[in-house]
Amino acid sequence: MRIRPFAGGTHPPDRKEGTAGRAVRPGPVPDRIVLPMSQHLGAPCTPLVAKGDRVARGQVVGDVEALISAPVHSPVSGEVTDVGPVLTPGGVRAMAVTIAPDAEQDLTTWVPIQAPRDDVRATVRAAGIVGLGGAAFPTAVKLSPPKQFTIDTVVINGCECEPYLTCDHRVMLERAADVIAGVGLIAAAVGAKAVFIGVEDNKPDAIAALRAATNGAEVEVVALKTHYPQGAEKQLIWAVTGRAVPRGQLPAAIGVLVHNVGTAVAVLEAVELRKPLMERVMTIAGAVGDPSNFLALIGTPIETLVEAAGGLLPDAGRVIAGGPMTGAALASLDVPVVKGTSGVVALTENESAPVVDGDQACIRCGRCVEACPMNLHPFAIASHADRRMWNGVERFNALDCIECGCCSYVCPTRRPLVQLIKVGKAALMAKGVK
Amino acid sequence: MSDATQESASAPVHTRVVAPAPHIAAALTCPQIMLWVIAALLPAALWAVWNMGTPAIITFVASIGSCVLTEFAWNAMMKRKQTIGDLSAIVTGMLLAMSVPPRTPWWICMVGGIVAIGLAKMLFGGLGFNLFNPALVGRAVVMMSWLGVMSEVKPYAGGWFNALSVPASGKLDAINGATRLAIATADRAAQGGYGFDLAKQFGPLLFKNLEGSLGEVSAGLLILGGLVLIVRGIIDWRIPVGYIGSVALLSWAFGSDPIFNVLAGGVLLGAFFMATDYVTSPITKNGRLVFGIGCGVFNIVTRFFGPMPETTTFAILFMNGLAPLIDRMFMPKPFGHIKPAKAVKANA
Ligand code: SF4
Ligand code: SF4
Repeated sequence: MRIRPFAGGTHPPDRKEGTAGRAVRPGPVPDRIVLPMSQHLGAPCTPLVAKGDRVARGQVVGDVEALISAPVHSPVSGEVTDVGPVLTPGGVRAMAVTIAPDAEQDLTTWVPIQAPRDDVRATVRAAGIVGLGGAAFPTAVKLSPPKQFTIDTVVINGCECEPYLTCDHRVMLERAADVIAGVGLIAAAVGAKAVFIGVEDNKPDAIAALRAATNGAEVEVVALKTHYPQGAEKQLIWAVTGRAVPRGQLPAAIGVLVHNVGTAVAVLEAVELRKPLMERVMTIAGAVGDPSNFLALIGTPIETLVEAAGGLLPDAGRVIAGGPMTGAALASLDVPVVKGTSGVVALTENESAPVVDGDQACIRCGRCVEACPMNLHPFAIASHADRRMWNGVERFNALDCIECGCCSYVCPTRRPLVQLIKVGKAALMAKGVK
Repeated sequence: MSDATQESASAPVHTRVVAPAPHIAAALTCPQIMLWVIAALLPAALWAVWNMGTPAIITFVASIGSCVLTEFAWNAMMKRKQTIGDLSAIVTGMLLAMSVPPRTPWWICMVGGIVAIGLAKMLFGGLGFNLFNPALVGRAVVMMSWLGVMSEVKPYAGGWFNALSVPASGKLDAINGATRLAIATADRAAQGGYGFDLAKQFGPLLFKNLEGSLGEVSAGLLILGGLVLIVRGIIDWRIPVGYIGSVALLSWAFGSDPIFNVLAGGVLLGAFFMATDYVTSPITKNGRLVFGIGCGVFNIVTRFFGPMPETTTFAILFMNGLAPLIDRMFMPKPFGHIKPAKAVKANA
């Protein structure tokens, strides 16, 4: 095990036992596929189809001419039934294409990607691949770092430090060779010499599978301490390479690129199979009848997948898209799986953090300070933000916050620290503070 | 394109609870922390009651009762959310009771509680906003205000007391305390040495010592409680270690007995239970060490060179005032603001 722990952090119970042993199975073909035009960071796509159009599996239904964007493909053959705003997992309404899948589906074929074969970047762009760890940043953009930076190291993120989620774990276990091959493509595309795969040491089987699959390839599988947020980009880079990303800069500035394991597999499939990103592995866990890992068609209503996982148990309360530390609570289950949806977690009332009104006092216990992986003073940022004292928010380096949630998690008075800090950050950004 | 109105006419979209991330929380809550502190104080408190009986009970009831009632009444008057459920007022009441002599009149205890909670805590905005430790403010104010009354308070003279030498100063009262500490201090001032064997006092001070305040009955039980809090991660070891360490080191440097100076007087109650109050101590780790050392230095210097032997209260209150400045000295550098090689050290 590599001993270069980052400062701070916390250790929520990982609760992965429910799904860690469950092999990935195909998700159901739903009666409705809903494809938001903005499933990535950056410019939203423009719908390229209209109501009544027939679409084929793999066909592009939305795209836009913009540097930071990713096209959206239909994962089914069917008919477009609607083009209009829908509710998305993020809780906002966004333009989407809704498709009624044909009764007969051939999921083994698709419309191949139109891009030069030997151009990995163009292929990845055309495949609509985004970071599958949750941030959903267009992968092709990451593969084209600014000219002034030389990338010498690629770090693949297999930490999966969020409780409950096991989709990356299953991908590493079941598709170890594909992960290694995909990593190789990424490294070659950016000209990186060193390749690392960082995995938390609570997944020894995944570590073993990857090591067995390296097969002479220049890939080092690094077992990392199980500690939240080990999978946060800056903390991962630090643990694996010993380099600290300077404030306000991209990892590329220190010659490092980070990609998720699922992304590596998607890149491989795009290059080798000309397959666009139409499905992803995701976990449905927590208070459901049959916690599962699915290879879900993107656009499947979360409701359908939850049903396929045995439905919500009677004591299920909050349902979260993503992990419980950083995910978004869903107002409704009638929202689609998007490219960045790594899982859906149903929490019981007892497991959930209490709903608070913001009136929780800080008793200055110091737990948030100790837990902050960015070495900030979360209590101070939050208190200044609460009183709209933006100078204080800036002085306490709010913009360095990675919104990992450790501070709120440990706070004994349950003060909504991250929420207040986000308010402060938004105010600073609105003022143009860098 | 479908129009939005048609859609919003259907079933409500919002069907489930939403709340901001993180959606899970660590188990430890504020009332649980206070319960741990209460539990850690309890052995020493019960031992005092066992030995001193009714006067000790009256002191506890009056102090805790007035602290809780004051907080309750303040919140009710100000139409604020009731906060007595966080249990911090009970902790304040216990600490106040344990920092005064057992035969302190009940009404003085009550005034102490009102001052502690009303003046030192609620006036500042309640838990988390006070600059000074409420219990210590309460104690300081009643001790100063009723010097005459307090000096009439008859000290408990337990079995061990008679074994002491005649105090050099001859003056016995409950403020200076007819305590071993007071006698030793007076001896030292008058003769430059001690009229009795300090080392022979360790036993009584550790296990049964009835002539000081309620909190001085058993140094041993206070240490036990303090260790429990450290082991459970409720308090940071840096404050008691800095405090007790500097008291011991300085006493030794000034030619006195380090163990006697740690065990006698309010040092242990102060170091484990009062200086460690989250709200009024620094939040940074280095700051806490500095704060603890500062308390110890102030305490021992004023004990040896000041007018009174018992200066724990003022040592901690003084350092409370400095806590914000100490924190400012130790503002952390965010990760990524310094070179990696240095970051390891700074973050450790
Ligand atoms: S302040 Fe930001 S980075 Fe620090 S613990 Fe809180 S959310 Fe994480
Ligand atoms: S964890 Fe909560 S109570 Fe403790 S210092 Fe941070 S904000 Fe204050």
